[in-house]
Amino acid sequence: MNPFTEPITVSHYLAAGAVLFVAGAICMATKRNALGVLMGIELVLNGANLNFVAFGSKFLRADTLGLDGELIALFVIVLAAAEAAVALAIALNFYNNHTTIDVDQADELKG
Amino acid sequence: MSPSLLHLILGAAVLLPLGSFVVILLCAKWLGDKAGLVATAAILSSGLLSFGAFGIWVYAHFPQPVHHEKHAEHPRPLASDHHPSPAPEGKHSRVADAPLNFVSFAQEPAEKSKTADHPPAAAAASAEPESAAPGNAHHTERPVYTGEYYTLGQFGPLRITISYYIDALTIAMFCMVTLIATLIHVYAIGYMHDELSPVTDKEVVLSSGEVLHRPGRYPRFFQYLSLFCFSMLGLVLSGNIAMVFVFWELVGICSYFLIGFYIERQSASNAANKAFIVNRVGDFGMIIGLLVIWSTLGTFAFGDVDTDRDGTKEPGIFSLVRPEPNHALIVPDEMVKADAYEEIAGVYSDHSTDADGLSRSQSEVASRVSGWRAKGYGYWLLVLAGVGIFCGCVGKSAQFPLHVWLPDAMEGPTPVSALVHSATMVAAGVYLVGRFFPVFTPEVLLVIAVIGTITMLLGASIAFAAYDIKRVLAYSTVSQLGLMMLALGVGGWAAGMMHLITHAFFKSLLFMCSGSVIHAVHSNDMRKMGGLFGKMPVTAITMLIGCLAIAGASVPFVIGFSGYYSKDAILEQALSFWQQNGTPWSGLFFVLAVFGAALTTCYMFRMWFMTFVGQPRDEHANEHAHESPPVMVLPLVVLAVMAVSVAWSYQLAGYFAIAAACFVGRAFQQGWQRGLRARRGHGHDGHGDHGHDDHGHGAHGSGDHGHSGHGQDHGPAAHSHDEPTAPPISWRWLAMTLVLTLVLGGVWQWLVLREYKRQPQLAVREGLSIAGLLEQARPAGTAADAAGVWVKATWPNEHDSHALSIRVPATLAATASWLGGFLIAAAFFWWGLLSPDDVRRQFAPLHTALVNKWWFDELYDFVFVRPMFVVSRVIAGIDKRWIDGFLDGLAAGTARFARWWEFIADQSLVDGLVNLIAGWTWSLGLSLRAIQTGRIRQYVMFIVIGAIAIFVLISFFWSPTLARP
Repeated sequence: MNPFTEPITVSHYLAAGAVLFVAGAICMATKRNALGVLMGIELVLNGANLNFVAFGSKFLRADTLGLDGELIALFVIVLAAAEAAVALAIALNFYNNHTTIDVDQADELKG
Repeated sequence: MSPSLLHLILGAAVLLPLGSFVVILLCAKWLGDKAGLVATAAILSSGLLSFGAFGIWVYAHFPQPVHHEKHAEHPRPLASDHHPSPAPEGKHSRVADAPLNFVSFAQEPAEKSKTADHPPAAAAASAEPESAAPGNAHHTERPVYTGEYYTLGQFGPLRITISYYIDALTIAMFCMVTLIATLIHVYAIGYMHDELSPVTDKEVVLSSGEVLHRPGRYPRFFQYLSLFCFSMLGLVLSGNIAMVFVFWELVGICSYFLIGFYIERQSASNAANKAFIVNRVGDFGMIIGLLVIWSTLGTFAFGDVDTDRDGTKEPGIFSLVRPEPNHALIVPDEMVKADAYEEIAGVYSDHSTDADGLSRSQSEVASRVSGWRAKGYGYWLLVLAGVGIFCGCVGKSAQFPLHVWLPDAMEGPTPVSALVHSATMVAAGVYLVGRFFPVFTPEVLLVIAVIGTITMLLGASIAFAAYDIKRVLAYSTVSQLGLMMLALGVGGWAAGMMHLITHAFFKSLLFMCSGSVIHAVHSNDMRKMGGLFGKMPVTAITMLIGCLAIAGASVPFVIGFSGYYSKDAILEQALSFWQQNGTPWSGLFFVLAVFGAALTTCYMFRMWFMTFVGQPRDEHANEHAHESPPVMVLPLVVLAVMAVSVAWSYQLAGYFAIAAACFVGRAFQQGWQRGLRARRGHGHDGHGDHGHDDHGHGAHGSGDHGHSGHGQDHGPAAHSHDEPTAPPISWRWLAMTLVLTLVLGGVWQWLVLREYKRQPQLAVREGLSIAGLLEQARPAGTAADAAGVWVKATWPNEHDSHALSIRVPATLAATASWLGGFLIAAAFFWWGLLSPDDVRRQFAPLHTALVNKWWFDELYDFVFVRPMFVVSRVIAGIDKRWIDGFLDGLAAGTARFARWWEFIADQSLVDGLVNLIAGWTWSLGLSLRAIQTGRIRQYVMFIVIGAIAIFVLISFFWSPTLARP
């Protein structure tokens, strides 16, 4: 079964969302730059958004949930924005203390 | 006032001194010098109660006259002939010579101890008088009140109670003990004044070389005195022999406390131990006697008491050994059966095959008991019981061979010697012999008489060589107690008891006078005395009265000191005993008693002459000497009056009452009562000087002293040393007193006699007297002759001894003895015709023996004390080496084991385990620590991987159903 040639189902959307999620996760895990990590977080959230939309679309059920999926995604976007603001504040504070935004320098929680 | 209250009155009299003891015990600190007043008040109240009881008794049971000539001649019929007669003299027919009828003790004119039963007044105490109305009583009426206060416990057949037995003897003893005790308490308030402030005891040298300084112990003395009075009165009131034993031991322990009052002195504490231990030796025999009595008779009670509330009285000891109808002494059934156990076993085995064998055996045994009794079964048990009880008396009354404690008991303060060791405690033994008299068989009486005689001679002989004034009196006490036992042993019950009472008075008088002398001269040693008559006239005269009383001085057949009556009665009975038996050894008692009387007079007057007459032997001591303060002299005077007249009859009592009133009035006139507190003076005891270095030599100019140094506690009026502290008694005043006494006393006598004439049933010629009172208490059955079973002799009854044919020789012998003794003593010590030093040289071996007290102490030391030390050294060695060694070894072993075990268990196991777990925890923590690198990228990676892992896991378990519609 070739996913590229099959008719579009919810799985395609889920796959796209998964790709975004994993890319974001890898970005979070591997970036040294704090802003890069934040970007990764955005990717993750967007991947989750796709999931929500996919589950609220007509591809999953015959009687669609209308715009419920999109609405949840909207909430998530807002949350992502708030969280980005907070995270940027943390990064700014971090820069004030360490004069760098290299996350590898933030090891004061080391036990 | 009914006689049924007697037990309550006398019970209260017993308990009051106990209350005083408790009060002083608890409140000594706050009482201080008032302790003496508390004790005196208690015993004075007891005395008033006792005399109240005496009054009730006399009112209820007036004693019949004891006029000697009248009694002795009534013929002794074999059958009972007693019936109430309206006029007592109708019974006695005057016969010129009293035939001494031999009457075997199995038959005897019936005694009358009538029992009048009324329902018990209270449940616990049934006081039931056994008497008829006084008017028609026979002269052998014996009213007795017995009952129980409280049952302490019933253990099977053994019943222990607190009970009472009140008869005329009890009343007489109560009055005597309380009167003497009150006087001695008053005396002691003065004598023990030293103990109110800290005391320097020169006789005690501490290990540091210093002399002892200790705080005073005034309240303690009165505490002990009160406890003693309680014990003595309880003993007298006792109604059963177990209670007697309890109080017996109590008086012993009080004596121990009092003798050892100066506890720091080695001599005093040794003497206290000696007294108690020697008493205990006697008590061992007493316990054997108690065992015999209880195991055979099953009861301890003296009189008949209703024990199980069924209305009938169970017989007590006296009724069991002397049952109705004639109260002759027989071996009780149970004792016969106890001895004839083989025969009884035979009877039971004979009937063992019968159908109703048990009841037939019992009835056969009951029927054969009298046959066995006649064969003599069980007699030895009765003798053993008597000897056992007497052993206790040997210890308590300092008879040979247990007499050694009494002279050493003089280590106690003089009031103690006067009260305990002359009048009361040592009299307890004689009292018990008198109380237990009905149970003693003639063989036991013989033992008592022999021991008494030996003691009498022993004490009298040693007294000759004693130079310590209190020792002389102590040996005199030993000797007189021996005389009392002699009297009781030859059958003279009333004579012995009367001598007990008269002796109590004059002996305590003598002791208190000696205390007064010791106080004046600061020494006990008679060799330092002499010529004290002028310095202390009252003491001298009262002591002279005491000496005359103990000598038995008299105008023969007319009147005499109290000792005359009692000693005469004893000699009469001894002579009667001789006449009855006629053998030489039976005459020994009389001869030795007369000899003893002569010895007594001789050494007593030796003492008196050495002390008061002649040139002073020690100038320094003589200079100091002064009369004692009033609080000490007043009891002397009262006792002197009693010593003269206690044996006189009632109508003669007026004389001495008037005389006593004159003295007391004089005392108040001199303001003694005001000065009584301040001029209490000081008491001394022991042998040494008591440290008054500023004694009366001009140092007390005026009334106020500072309190400087020791013993300056005389208070404001304390210049009493500069002048004689007894009021000067002028000859004019004495003459006036004498005239007043004779006149007023004569008036009283005339009044009393006139009353008697109008009411003849009260009494005739002589009335109430000690002798009459004691006759009321004569034990049942002792008004008859008694014949011994193992000893072929007869003990005559006492009434026969009053016959003229006996009375006259006895009185003449007594008079000759005392006059002879007096003359010899005077020849040696007054007129100086003979020299005691010559006699001492002449009889050197004898003198050595006397000075060494016949080596009894050395003998006992060798036979008992040294082996005891050897044994105790061996046992102490065993204790130290084996027992201590074992215990120490055990302890060391335990310690070693503990150390080893501690290593194994504690260090290795417990600690190891704990350390192991701690190590694990540590390494776990260490490893977990490695996770926290602090690197954010790693944390994020963990989160991601974790999330993925969760999803993967879930995917295995969850199948999607929403995937397709």
